[in-house]
Amino acid sequence: MRTLKDIPMNKPKLVMIGNGMAGVRTLEELFKLAPDMYDVTVFGAEPHPNYNRILLSPVLAGEQTLQDIVLNDWSWYEEHQITLHAGWTVTAVDRQRRIVHARNAQGDTCQTPYDRLLMATGSNPFILPIAGNTLEGVLAYRDIADTQAMIDAALTYQHAVVIGGGLLGLEAANGLMLRGMQVTVVHVLPNLMERQLDAIAGKMLQKSLEDRGLKFLMGAQTQALVGHQNEGQSGRVKAVQFKDGREIPADLVVMAVGIRPNTSLAQDMHLHCDRGIVVDDTMQTVTDARIYSVGECAAHRGVAYGLVAPLFEQAKVAANHLAQFGIGRYTGSLTSTKLKVTGIDLFSAGNFLGSASGRAEDANCEEIVMSDPSAGVYKKLVVQNDRLVGACLYGDTVDGSWYFKLLRDGRSVADIRDQLMFGESNIGDAGHEGHNKAAAMADSDEVCGCNGVTKGFICKAIKDKGLFTLDEVRKHTKASASCGSCTGLVEQILMFTAGGDYSATPKTKAMCGCTEHGHQAVRDAIVLHQLLTIPDVFKFMAWGTPNGCASCRPAINYYLISSWPKVAKDDPQSRFINERSHANIQKDGTYSVIPRMWGGETTADELRRIANAVDKYKIPTVKVTGGQRIDLLGVKKEDLQAVWKDIGMPSGHAYAKALRTVKTCVGSEWCRMGTQDSTQMGKDLERAMWRMYAPHKVKFAVSGCPRNCAESGIKDVGIIGVDSGWEMHIAGNGGIKTEVAHFFTKLKTAQEVLEYTGAFMQLYREEGWYLERTVHYVKRVGLDHVKRRILDDAEGRQALWERLQFSLDGEPDPWFEMNKAAVDTRQFDKLTIS
Amino acid sequence: MNASDPVWKTICRLEDIPVLGARRVSRPVGMDVAVFRNEADQVFALLDRCPHKGGPLSQGIVFGSSVACPLHNWTIGLADGCAQGADSGCTPRFAVRIENGMVCLNAQELEQLALDAQAPLAGPAHQSC
Repeated sequence: MRTLKDIPMNKPKLVMIGNGMAGVRTLEELFKLAPDMYDVTVFGAEPHPNYNRILLSPVLAGEQTLQDIVLNDWSWYEEHQITLHAGWTVTAVDRQRRIVHARNAQGDTCQTPYDRLLMATGSNPFILPIAGNTLEGVLAYRDIADTQAMIDAALTYQHAVVIGGGLLGLEAANGLMLRGMQVTVVHVLPNLMERQLDAIAGKMLQKSLEDRGLKFLMGAQTQALVGHQNEGQSGRVKAVQFKDGREIPADLVVMAVGIRPNTSLAQDMHLHCDRGIVVDDTMQTVTDARIYSVGECAAHRGVAYGLVAPLFEQAKVAANHLAQFGIGRYTGSLTSTKLKVTGIDLFSAGNFLGSASGRAEDANCEEIVMSDPSAGVYKKLVVQNDRLVGACLYGDTVDGSWYFKLLRDGRSVADIRDQLMFGESNIGDAGHEGHNKAAAMADSDEVCGCNGVTKGFICKAIKDKGLFTLDEVRKHTKASASCGSCTGLVEQILMFTAGGDYSATPKTKAMCGCTEHGHQAVRDAIVLHQLLTIPDVFKFMAWGTPNGCASCRPAINYYLISSWPKVAKDDPQSRFINERSHANIQKDGTYSVIPRMWGGETTADELRRIANAVDKYKIPTVKVTGGQRIDLLGVKKEDLQAVWKDIGMPSGHAYAKALRTVKTCVGSEWCRMGTQDSTQMGKDLERAMWRMYAPHKVKFAVSGCPRNCAESGIKDVGIIGVDSGWEMHIAGNGGIKTEVAHFFTKLKTAQEVLEYTGAFMQLYREEGWYLERTVHYVKRVGLDHVKRRILDDAEGRQALWERLQFSLDGEPDPWFEMNKAAVDTRQFDKLTIS
Repeated sequence: MNASDPVWKTICRLEDIPVLGARRVSRPVGMDVAVFRNEADQVFALLDRCPHKGGPLSQGIVFGSSVACPLHNWTIGLADGCAQGADSGCTPRFAVRIENGMVCLNAQELEQLALDAQAPLAGPAHQSC
């Protein structure tokens, strides 16, 4: 199909060879960045628009139709003014004159010039070089035509043989069986899916598939395929012959013994190929910088990826360079696998073989194994040097995404090793009805309690809109986009619905869409290169957008002011509204005011002033907060300054990523059980650390005895008085994720409590990523790290405490010292029409 | 000047709006109008109401030619008032003119545009209706 259109002569020409998922995703990413930059022509050998190849298995199994899996229909190509040659094969590329030659089935030819060429030729199935491999009824399993031929064969024929017991072969076998055929899987090795599963999990999988009706011939080497005519030489296939002389009947033979990058055209073009078309980190071929390659045909750092998520990462980078932004860099992906056979739960990632791999570098791997064969559950975690390096799960894959995250982050698991096997899901997550197993949920069950998103809604969005990544699901459904506690569930649903190929991820997570850099890289650059303003950071780190976005600017602003106290200037326009107006915005656009009450103590005078302000400014709601303070809700923005002034109490910073409340019990001054003066300790802590901005909000509590009435066990720092002094607990959390604080140390004096608490806070301020609570920060760096820096290093601890005091010294109260706090007071007044 | 020519009302000086920030303009009738200024000193005006849940866009973070709503972080295009990305919905936009460094809005639009738009309610006011 060709569409006629007017093309301005000066537009550069981009020609794409291959109309598959990786290539088309590159175009989509390109159109997002530079919609009108190129005049685009696409050649695709298949007579179809771009479809989701991963979902061919559900189509074969009769769970979806071909129409369901189209990702970009014909109208998409028209909308983007793409000249599409579907059903045309590229026969040659003249790199000197930059012309693509192609031919269609009717023998017509065409020539298309290019300025940039994108090779996305994908891969070809490997066909065993045996007699009879061209007989009728012998297929590979790769595209719509193969799938349709298998569906057709199942209508008339009985015996199917699938050669290859890998992911693709098993999915093909399962589909053919569901379509009524008797299927035998032939595998040359003793175990199924040996590239994803160890021997035990492979055997469990085999048994489960045998129970469903599949037959297996393991360790069987195929010698020849026998046909009906001409002494077996031609006609339709009728049998499969093995080297040991056995023969089994076969009306259909599917070869699923692997894929090979499709590089024949690239080789003809004299592009350097080695396991694929060799590309660098910008996805340009090493031979010719005008030519890019993405997808299964491309070899990046020696790896040709066959899973969809890495291909999409590559697409992003290629598009970024095609759009001449020049900031993207692809550095490889970690991958995990899941089988798309409904009812079979299987997950593997990383080095799942461990020391059994036989490689010298794996010799010191240790394995944590849980096996319950009759329940059909097997889990193996491979740990090396205190880090999780591999996982193989069968029967219960709930924690797959958590393990994958640990694997990717490469953080030490020494402190959670004893709980590792039991997974993350047994720790209380609020907001999704206590579910932790997505597969067991009904479509009507709520997954995301913040945004009221059900499982059915997410599944539908994934299918209808062709979503592949967690970010895409968040954008389209809002599931896990608010508090994030259901992220694991959403990832599981994504795995089940979109197929297991989804979950490969780049090695570092970018801060936001404006950059490829992660939080750590940005902060390191700010510290190392003494960057002092947001524009400096953008320039130095080659930001992709002129002034960032609502997620990176507040983060960078925090990194600047926390790294360079007294030097870097706060930028109010890069702060979220609450920190810009020093009050909490409410759903109707009014604000709430929470004054500071040191340690939760107040006086009649303060209460009188509050009561008067409530009357005077007609404040609709007055509420006692969980942090022992008073919340005035529904204050008009125009009234904020006057309310602060009338109340005459310090800012409570209840609106800020800063020290909020210090909750206390009454302590030994009054309580007959009290062992320590917790109220005074709380007040001292609060006075020492208020006005302290941090990566996220910070809450303290001080209890006067182990009865712990101030709930110190779920605070960022919780202090508990005992007869001999104080216990210090850190990194607890009472919010989204209820997490009991870790016991940190025992201290003797109140002065020590101040110093240790301050040092921990400063460490968190210097190392925590923006919007990372202490619970997540400590999880990331490990409790041992915090202990080393604070308990084992007295000098370092004192230095931290001094740095915090230096940062806080002279910091203004934004409610009263507006100039000094850089509060733009114009915001409080409305403009009027003159 | 004939009757159909627009009348422009002076609102403020360009400098009265912070760079990458906004100001609120109150009208005799109807919800406020938010006037935004980006880094290139372009000024945009939208009804101060996010198409999602009515959040005051004037309070959001401005970047490029967009603003992030302070309530649920929808990104709204300043030029067209429409939600970007996977979200959909638009808020009415107002014409802006800058004359000699003064920001002006169209008097007719201020008097007539989006008068029926409802402000979101919260607290006791929310319960009583």
